[in-house]
Amino acid sequence: MDAGEATLSEAVREDVTRGDPSNATLRAAAHPARHRAAPAAVRVAGGRWQDDLRAVTMVWKRELIRFSRNRLRIITSLVQPVLFLFVLGTGLSSLMGRGLGSGATDFRTFMFPGVVAMTVLFTAIFSSVSIVWDREFGFLREMLVAPVRRGALVVGKCAGGATVATIQALIMLALAGLVHVPYSPALIFTLVGEMVLAAVMITALGTALASRMAQVESFQVVMQFVVLPLFFLSGALFPLHSLPTWLAVLTKFDPLAYLVDPMRRAVFAHVRTTAEVRTLFAGGVTWNGWTVPVGVELGLAAVLAVVLLAVAIYEFARTD
Amino acid sequence: MGLLSSDARHDADLVPAGGPDPKGAEPGAPAIEVRDLVRRFGGLEAVRGVSFRVAQGETFGFLGPNGAGKSTTISMLCTLLNPTSGTARVAGHDVVAERAEVRKRIGLVFQDTTLDDYLTAQENLRFHAELYGVPRSQTGPRIDDVLRMVGLVERRDSLVRTFSGGMKRRLEIARGLLHSPRVLFLDEPTVGLDPQTRSHIWGYINELRQREAITIFLTTHYMDEAEHCDRIAIIDEGRIVAEDTPEQLKAGVGQDRVQISTDDDRAAIAVLHDRFSIDATISEGTVAFYVARGEAFVPRLFAELGVPIKSVSVARPTLDDVFMTYTGRTIRDAEASSSERMAAAPWMRARRR
Repeated sequence: MDAGEATLSEAVREDVTRGDPSNATLRAAAHPARHRAAPAAVRVAGGRWQDDLRAVTMVWKRELIRFSRNRLRIITSLVQPVLFLFVLGTGLSSLMGRGLGSGATDFRTFMFPGVVAMTVLFTAIFSSVSIVWDREFGFLREMLVAPVRRGALVVGKCAGGATVATIQALIMLALAGLVHVPYSPALIFTLVGEMVLAAVMITALGTALASRMAQVESFQVVMQFVVLPLFFLSGALFPLHSLPTWLAVLTKFDPLAYLVDPMRRAVFAHVRTTAEVRTLFAGGVTWNGWTVPVGVELGLAAVLAVVLLAVAIYEFARTD
Repeated sequence: MGLLSSDARHDADLVPAGGPDPKGAEPGAPAIEVRDLVRRFGGLEAVRGVSFRVAQGETFGFLGPNGAGKSTTISMLCTLLNPTSGTARVAGHDVVAERAEVRKRIGLVFQDTTLDDYLTAQENLRFHAELYGVPRSQTGPRIDDVLRMVGLVERRDSLVRTFSGGMKRRLEIARGLLHSPRVLFLDEPTVGLDPQTRSHIWGYINELRQREAITIFLTTHYMDEAEHCDRIAIIDEGRIVAEDTPEQLKAGVGQDRVQISTDDDRAAIAVLHDRFSIDATISEGTVAFYVARGEAFVPRLFAELGVPIKSVSVARPTLDDVFMTYTGRTIRDAEASSSERMAAAPWMRARRR
């Protein structure tokens, strides 16, 4: 949080703490007349990694408590992905069935990983932008004046947002059977791992954006200029393959594309379909004709998540 | 950075383990020590060289109108704002160089609420305990203690959003005490509360002074609240104009305050000046002045003023008079003029939030 905190060695700190007489004794000595059944004063150590871990855990827990108290939010944030999957998906499916001769595969199966990614995206952004609400209602101040590193607050906040986003996406994942995606343990395991990675990356992005945001109104700007472009360019709703050049180029810069694609490839590895459909629907992201392997995609996303988290910590450290 | 850590090491070497806090928190050292503190916002000097000391266990009040620099000073003492120049040590630690050390040792209650409305009272306290590193085994008992102290034990599991303003303020005071701070800062602890709730809050603060023998630093613009303090500093336009116990300050005025309303205040002031050698001012719509023995002076006044008098009042000195003596106006007059100043500089208001 500040220079002093970071540079004091642990040994010195412990000396200082041990040498610190308990507050009650100290006060009793200074004011014997006033010392009357003082409640046990606690001694605060602080500054060690265990203390930062406690702060991280508590900030994370708070996000979960707030999430679990808001049932309406849980339900409303599922409405949108459900509409996309079952209304838009069904509509497009019937169109596909007639036009492209790929009727053997449900278009909703294609959309499913996209919609799961979308759930992660929207929930994670919404969770992380709650920093702005915390500022508006004053609670941010309570966190900022605490004797903990700002980084611990950011990590806790991101862990909380990512957990909430993953839980929401798990609810969507439960609907897999309705769109012919099998509940194979290997597939579920892979998808959950990728969801967690996406959730961490997006929460870090949201936190970086929200750290210096002063007004709740700015959230609209983030929605329009960041979240929707990320969503539409990610390939969540349509295959990224054989697009006009300008659009194809833009999609390669969308980090979410490198998470939607591995999720989709995992799904298509577990459904029975033709090679033609697999190429069309899950052809992968290409760089200059080279199909980027899943490992590289996930590695990219992980690196980006770490970078964004670092940016979020940096930005948050400068807030006041 | 390097300097600070070697400094701390050096101090730790000097004092054997088990001795007093090497950073000056030994009994007798001041809880707060401020020297020539200055804070500028652009061209505006909000705090213009303030110096004072607060002893351990003392309740020290900063009294002044809105915009006098109270909140700016308290923000600097709480490490939320860096001074432009000057130094301040709180609980033995420098507020700029040893920010984290200061933060561990202070409790804060702000003007605006900083509770999470969607958590229960207990959850808010637990959050605070975890962030301040209160030892796990003591967290539960300590939460019980502070909740009992502010009379919120029965409401511990209620969401804070269901609390009244007074209950929220009490919970904030409880939270400020949770980690057993050496110094508790209360920034306008009763602002925006009704008179009955205000007196309840003061009940808790006074009880706290008895029980915990903690150092309390508070700001207020209510004269009657300043009476609760052991010592007060009167701050006006960024400067401390007087500092003493409330009794001493009142005794220092030594004179009774006479207020008259007349048909022609201007003429009355002129007569008072010429005939009685008294400097009177217009305050709150009346002609106000000080004389040694008010009750003896009033008959002379009726006989010799020559301007018809509509009403008269004589009062023993109050803190209002102290304020008037040192600043030449009442605190209400000062607020009226400072609110004009604030309107001229709206960014300053935003700063104070």
